[in-house]
Amino acid sequence: MNTAIRVRDLRRTFGTVVAVDGVDLDVVDGEFLTLLGPSGSGKTTVLRMIAGFERPDAGSIELDGVDVTNAPPYARDVNTVFQDYALFPHMTVLENIEYGLRVKKVPKAERRARAMEALEGVRLAELGDRAPSQLSGGQRQRVALARALVNRPKVLLLDEPLGALDLKLREQMQVELKAIQRDVGITFVFVTHDQDEALTMSDRIAVFNDGRIVQLGTPAEIYEFPASEFVAGFVGTSNLLRDETARAVLGNAGTWSIRPEKIRIAAPGASASAGERAVAGTVREVIYVGMSTRMVIDLAPGGTLVAVEQNSGRHADQRLAMRGENVTLLWNTEHEYSVN
Amino acid sequence: MTTTTATHRGFWYRHPGLRLGGLLTAPMAWLVVVYLGSLAALFLTAFYQVDDFTGQVVRSFSLKNFQNLFTTSAYYQSVFRTISIAVLVTILCLVIAVPLAFFMARVAPRNWRPVMVALVLTPLWASYLVKVYAWRSMLQPETGVIAWFLKPLGLGGPGYGYLGIVITLTYLWLPYMILPVYAGLTRLPDSMLDASADLGAHSGRTFRSIVIPMIFPSVVAGSIFTFSLSLGDYITAQIVGGKVTMLGNVVQQTYVTNLPFAAAVATLPVIIILLYLLAVRKTGALENV
Repeated sequence: MNTAIRVRDLRRTFGTVVAVDGVDLDVVDGEFLTLLGPSGSGKTTVLRMIAGFERPDAGSIELDGVDVTNAPPYARDVNTVFQDYALFPHMTVLENIEYGLRVKKVPKAERRARAMEALEGVRLAELGDRAPSQLSGGQRQRVALARALVNRPKVLLLDEPLGALDLKLREQMQVELKAIQRDVGITFVFVTHDQDEALTMSDRIAVFNDGRIVQLGTPAEIYEFPASEFVAGFVGTSNLLRDETARAVLGNAGTWSIRPEKIRIAAPGASASAGERAVAGTVREVIYVGMSTRMVIDLAPGGTLVAVEQNSGRHADQRLAMRGENVTLLWNTEHEYSVN
Repeated sequence: MTTTTATHRGFWYRHPGLRLGGLLTAPMAWLVVVYLGSLAALFLTAFYQVDDFTGQVVRSFSLKNFQNLFTTSAYYQSVFRTISIAVLVTILCLVIAVPLAFFMARVAPRNWRPVMVALVLTPLWASYLVKVYAWRSMLQPETGVIAWFLKPLGLGGPGYGYLGIVITLTYLWLPYMILPVYAGLTRLPDSMLDASADLGAHSGRTFRSIVIPMIFPSVVAGSIFTFSLSLGDYITAQIVGGKVTMLGNVVQQTYVTNLPFAAAVATLPVIIILLYLLAVRKTGALENV
């Protein structure tokens, strides 16, 4: 496998704030890699340094084996989809898409043909003559994508491109983006703070915190085997048992994570089968969220866990009456995952 | 259960038309009577005559004043001179203001901005006359500061005249160009410049293809100020113009003896500005301002 981007010991400081604090990253050719983290974790700065908009204080960036650490953005074979789309308001949709080709002096006929093809690729063929201000958010998003992809870059960088869309459109665009990436076969580096988005779209996820990559792996690895308490809390529901509580419930000190969907709720006094653990508790809160019901349960030995039940029955809302009831929680001990 | 209606208050709330009328009557009256009224009077007067014998204004309609204006060489020369001064001043303001505003808005550290805006505004706090007289002393032939500076280079100063007027007016109206251009540049999102570079354009290309078209409406706004203020000026011409006269000077020289002719002369800049605005509107620069 070839390496599309090789980042070594990247550092960047803004004033007294250390935004990126020693990042190493290898992006594999053709993969969909997501940089996931809370705001201020350095993920966007890393992306902007790969694009060339920010210069690193230290470290190196290689694109396809060529060191571009000191190359200006216009000399790098990458293109960016911006959070605010950054469509040029004084140009039509087609002119926007053609801009990169025009700058590179691609002959007019070829330029037009490639721009039309890109526009059809994002299913907006009939909107080429519109001004960007006449488009909806989702359409602008797709124009920005076409404007970047028409240049056939080595790598496409996407800076929270779905952040401004409403939930329905966002979910639709997630699927569409992933399909486009598979079709064109270009390496995508995608920045987001939305863990669902990252899990849905990525081949691999790099989780950022405080300017560093704290875990790099496939979505399943990140979700099932979080490397730290931070990752366990940031990706998925924070369901942690710590120190004294962990010793009381699990018989082991340290910090442990149990994903909510691994926990079953049974009647009080239910006994555990082989390999299972049974813990008594009281339902503190019942939250109906349509597809499932979330229960917050105070454990008898101490600590609190969240359990999720699928609303597969007809009268799932009857669970709302369970508030205050005593229950037994059951889970397989292999789902107890240490995050020390 | 009985429903009671709260009717004892909220008269203005229930009569939005009256409320709007109350708010707008005074300013609208002022606009119509004082502003449009005087403009209409000016236009009408431009077509009247003066009785040569009595010196009284005769209210008979004719185009004689305009004929006079365009057939007497001293008059039509001052028309073209005035327009050329206004155009030159506008171009000079543009050439100075765009780089300066670009530095203020996009290059200098963000916390310098208020200080630099204040510095640009400072000259506006000084009296117009003081500034023009300052230029008069600087432009003075032989002994003025400018002549003194240029002497070692073997050059004479611009002295009083056409060039003196252009330099002084450029100085006077420069803030009116800098401020809109600066505002336009601060509104330009960083991501536009990043996007252009990302798509392969170096800085020069980005400036030409993205920055200039996007701040064009601001440039037009500034040029409306510099152009129209130059067109109507006559004091500067009096003080630093030497023998050179502008349209305003013609008005000043004739309005006592021939008010209708002065009105015709004064109408010209209004027409020129209207034509300029129409031309500008064609470019679309006045939309979304």
